[in-house]
Amino acid sequence: MSYIEFLTSYGPQLLEGSVTTAKQTILAATLAVMIALVAGLMRLSKNRFVYGTATVYIEIFRGTSLLVQLYWIFFVLPLFGLTLEKFTAGFIAVGMNLGAYGAELVRGGILSVPRGQWEAATALSMPPGKRMRRIIFPQAFLNMLPPWGNLLIELLKGTALVALISVADLMFMARKINGTTYLSAQVFGSALIIYYLMSRGLVTPYMRWLERVMARKLGKIK
Amino acid sequence: MKISRNDYPLQLEGETIPMVRFQNVTKRYGDLVVLDSLDLDVDEGEMVTIIGPSGSGKTTVLRMLMALERIDEGVIYVEGQPMTHMARNGTMIRADNKYLRRQRLNIGMCFQHFNLFPHMTALENCIEAPVQVLGLSKDEAVARAEGLLDMVGMLEKAHEHPSRLSGGQQQRVAIARSLAMRPKVMLFDEVTSALDPEVIGEVTQVIRKLVAKHNLTMLMVTHQMGFAREISDRVCFFYDGKIEEQGAPDELFENPTRERTQQFLSAVLEAR
Repeated sequence: MSYIEFLTSYGPQLLEGSVTTAKQTILAATLAVMIALVAGLMRLSKNRFVYGTATVYIEIFRGTSLLVQLYWIFFVLPLFGLTLEKFTAGFIAVGMNLGAYGAELVRGGILSVPRGQWEAATALSMPPGKRMRRIIFPQAFLNMLPPWGNLLIELLKGTALVALISVADLMFMARKINGTTYLSAQVFGSALIIYYLMSRGLVTPYMRWLERVMARKLGKIK
Repeated sequence: MKISRNDYPLQLEGETIPMVRFQNVTKRYGDLVVLDSLDLDVDEGEMVTIIGPSGSGKTTVLRMLMALERIDEGVIYVEGQPMTHMARNGTMIRADNKYLRRQRLNIGMCFQHFNLFPHMTALENCIEAPVQVLGLSKDEAVARAEGLLDMVGMLEKAHEHPSRLSGGQQQRVAIARSLAMRPKVMLFDEVTSALDPEVIGEVTQVIRKLVAKHNLTMLMVTHQMGFAREISDRVCFFYDGKIEEQGAPDELFENPTRERTQQFLSAVLEAR
């Protein structure tokens, strides 16, 4: 069977899986960004309870395997009365895991803003919320974009694990086709290429574009 | 930290209240005493310059007055009201953040490294706090900011970002930004130290203008002895967290009475 024939017969299934992977990625990324913002800001709090809560969260999700977390959310939580649909469990696990990494990026980005900026805002009597939102965060955001680009690629690739709880993503479809045809080279070769195209062809250019837009907004490039 | 009301009045009373009073102010970093029981009064409209070797606590005086850091002992008063503390049930307690924010409105500060907000244009820098903190309408704030940018000679550059401005230009915008809050006291913390020699003049010119035309109370830390002598009403020489000697500029520069002042002045004048 030629590769062209393979693609004509199994392409649609791979495409369907890719769409699910894209959906998982977008939902998990949205969740990861939200968690990262909240946990990252909490890590900067002087309140020990607030700081401690975020630290425990980050330690648990960074210190244990994503696959184990996925199984916990899908197989163990129902034992405590919280049952999630597999698609939901998939992106929640990936989002919560990568959000823990993102929290450290948010914290680092905020700490990278020079102290003089905080002091200037303080000297102008800006209250802490406005100081963060209007002065510190816009500058921190630009600083943290490049590492976020890496993290989102990690996240995209991390979504492959949701196949293991039977979410019909790209990896799930590839395994299914492989199980019936044994065309391993073609199937997993195609999967490899599709993941590469999604990360390098979609995520990276998008992040570059965002960096340029933000840099222009911050007056860095004219 | 509680301070008994016998030592520090809840507010200053009398015929002439100083615009700024440091009363017995001490600041330590660990074991290092940066300000040592400082007493200093600055009258309304007075221009006081602080000189001294590095590490003598000059900049700390300004940072304490702006409440960028906490003092360890003593009280600072602005217009007779405590700045670092507040009255609660007849005693003085440490000021909370809300009280500090209100008190800081009396004071404007310009920094050695300007600290303009890089993501905003010169004009946006100047309207940010008037709109966000004072609650001015955008139009009012813009009108105010344009007047000030004009005063510092930066109106044509109003729509440039700081990264496109020279150090001297950035510092002039920073002065306009502070003035846009209409403070009663202005603090200049080595505002020319980070500048190239050829642009220092454009910043000192703006400060001269302020001294001549406005009844602002000013505290300035500088290494420029000539400028300090020309513009100040009073010069304080700091050494080891204390005022070693103070007086009218001509007097202090011509006839310093303390040995350390003499040594310092001959060292810096030698270096020119």
